[in-house]
Amino acid sequence: MAAVQDSAIAVGAGAKGRPAARGRLADLWTKHGAGYMFLLPWLVGFFGLTLGPAVASLYLSFTNFDLIRSPEWVGAANYVRIATADPKFAASLQVTFLYVVLSVPFKLGFALLVAILLDRGVRGLTVYRAIFYLPSLLGGSVAIAVLWRQLFAGDGLINSLLAQFGIEGPSWISHPDYSIWTLVVLSVWQFGSPMIIFLAGLRQIPTDMYEAASLDGASKFRQFYKITLPLLTPVIFFNAVVQTIEAFKAFTPAFIISGGTGGPINSTLFYTLYLYQEAFGNFRMGYASALAWILVLIIGLFTAFSFLTSRYWVHYDD
Amino acid sequence: MTDTTMSSITAPPPPMSGRRGPVGSVLIHAALIAASIAMLYPLLWMVSASVRPEDEIFSSTTLWPSSVDFASYVRGWFGLDVSFGRFFWNSLVIAVLTVIGNVVACSLAAYAFARLRFAGRNFWFAMMLGTMMIPYHVTLIPQYVLFLDLGWVNTILPLVVPKFLASDAFFIFLMVQFFRGIPRELDEAAMMDGCGPWRIYWKIMLPLSLPVLATAAIFSFIWTWDDFFGPLIYLNDMNTYTIQLGLRTFVDSSSTSDWGGLFAMSTLTLVPVFFFFLFFQRLLIEGIATTGMKR
Repeated sequence: MAAVQDSAIAVGAGAKGRPAARGRLADLWTKHGAGYMFLLPWLVGFFGLTLGPAVASLYLSFTNFDLIRSPEWVGAANYVRIATADPKFAASLQVTFLYVVLSVPFKLGFALLVAILLDRGVRGLTVYRAIFYLPSLLGGSVAIAVLWRQLFAGDGLINSLLAQFGIEGPSWISHPDYSIWTLVVLSVWQFGSPMIIFLAGLRQIPTDMYEAASLDGASKFRQFYKITLPLLTPVIFFNAVVQTIEAFKAFTPAFIISGGTGGPINSTLFYTLYLYQEAFGNFRMGYASALAWILVLIIGLFTAFSFLTSRYWVHYDD
Repeated sequence: MTDTTMSSITAPPPPMSGRRGPVGSVLIHAALIAASIAMLYPLLWMVSASVRPEDEIFSSTTLWPSSVDFASYVRGWFGLDVSFGRFFWNSLVIAVLTVIGNVVACSLAAYAFARLRFAGRNFWFAMMLGTMMIPYHVTLIPQYVLFLDLGWVNTILPLVVPKFLASDAFFIFLMVQFFRGIPRELDEAAMMDGCGPWRIYWKIMLPLSLPVLATAAIFSFIWTWDDFFGPLIYLNDMNTYTIQLGLRTFVDSSSTSDWGGLFAMSTLTLVPVFFFFLFFQRLLIEGIATTGMKR
């Protein structure tokens, strides 16, 4: 295939009547130049906006930098302070882990449950699918966070609904024990996009496997446990990794619901919110860079761990 | 894998062969309808709150307002020093430029990765995939310093220019996958006829790739419209605010007084996303199903 393409280029060039013998440089250009021309915008972005800044960020993480004076080298001091003397770091990490551990399983559980209900011949599939997907699409916007803040306020809609059953609910968002749950519920409400991926995965499982199992007298539950679940593990794995990384990076809902503070008593101080506060509230750019690299480390470790353990439970055909 | 997923999504559902009885079917629909109501209830309540008389907003959990009144929209629209019209315009400009930037720059890079042969292609492709894994927090601060030094803070440039440099690697990946599915015979035939790579890209790849370009464009628009973090960092002057920043300012300045206006403006910010969803549902769902786009 590749050889065909090369000779085709040569033929094309020859047809235009260019001289056959050209300089080595011109040959190289014909062969590789076009590729780099097409890649040019991306290359500029890669060096200028990704690689360069990443290196700069690593450097800044070893400095004190307030945007006004030039960065002052402090060695590992930022990292030492993060590890030993920063209660807000510990708090934000705890909140974030809690959020990940609570929101991801619930979200994936709902997504899988609904996908199974929708799979195979439910009438009105497209309507249901659209309804369940809509919140995922709207989810990141300020309007939804604002709405959520109102729903779970002391005199909000949730408590009005509960009152009809004679239950007096607390002020969910201003109580440190409950505030994180409102964010978890918001995240679970957006189960639509993993659901669609589950649905696509379920469609790939051949129907005749179920038919054969039915003939052998396997119950629905047993079919689910022995066929659906194992064959779906690659999709479960994919959804789990993507959703976990997204959960680590969550920002807008916590920012809006807590008014940017991460309160009450740091109970919604997501890691990214703390990073934002340090960088753009206190202008500790060096310290915030160190926080960013620790986030990279955490996400990297988590991803590596997932891939290492996946070989014991993720089932691939080939 | 992606191809089969795509076709199974669009294909009609497989024959039933009586796997579910009528009772089971009714139960499933009951569960799905209940879930649908729970999903939509907050949204519908918000829309309904935006047209209710102010004193009725919190006294009622029903969705049907006793009377419809658009006064909240007028109050909300002019509730800040700068009207929401300005915020809408700013968001629209940024979103449209982002769409153009993403489609143009990402398709150029994707064409190079998918179709052209050049030294180092695999290396750069691996780098590109690598950038997808890096959380943006790492590049955030140096990028901010860079744009501050360039004098770009409080302009739309930091939000738009990176898109013209294909910074959303995710879309490159999406397009590479799609381009690879287009028969190579087409390019080869065009080369025989003397087309260079530019003409092939422009006359063959792009026209044949409209579905993936549209998917990228629609997601670009929606994500940019919803983006809060970027504008929060780069836009500090209210005249440059996007709709999300405007809404947040409205919350801060009037959260205790004007609930009707707040819900009216919240509803308005969701309207464009909602209509994109309505019109391009199939593309969006296929995009999610085949590539696992986040959110």
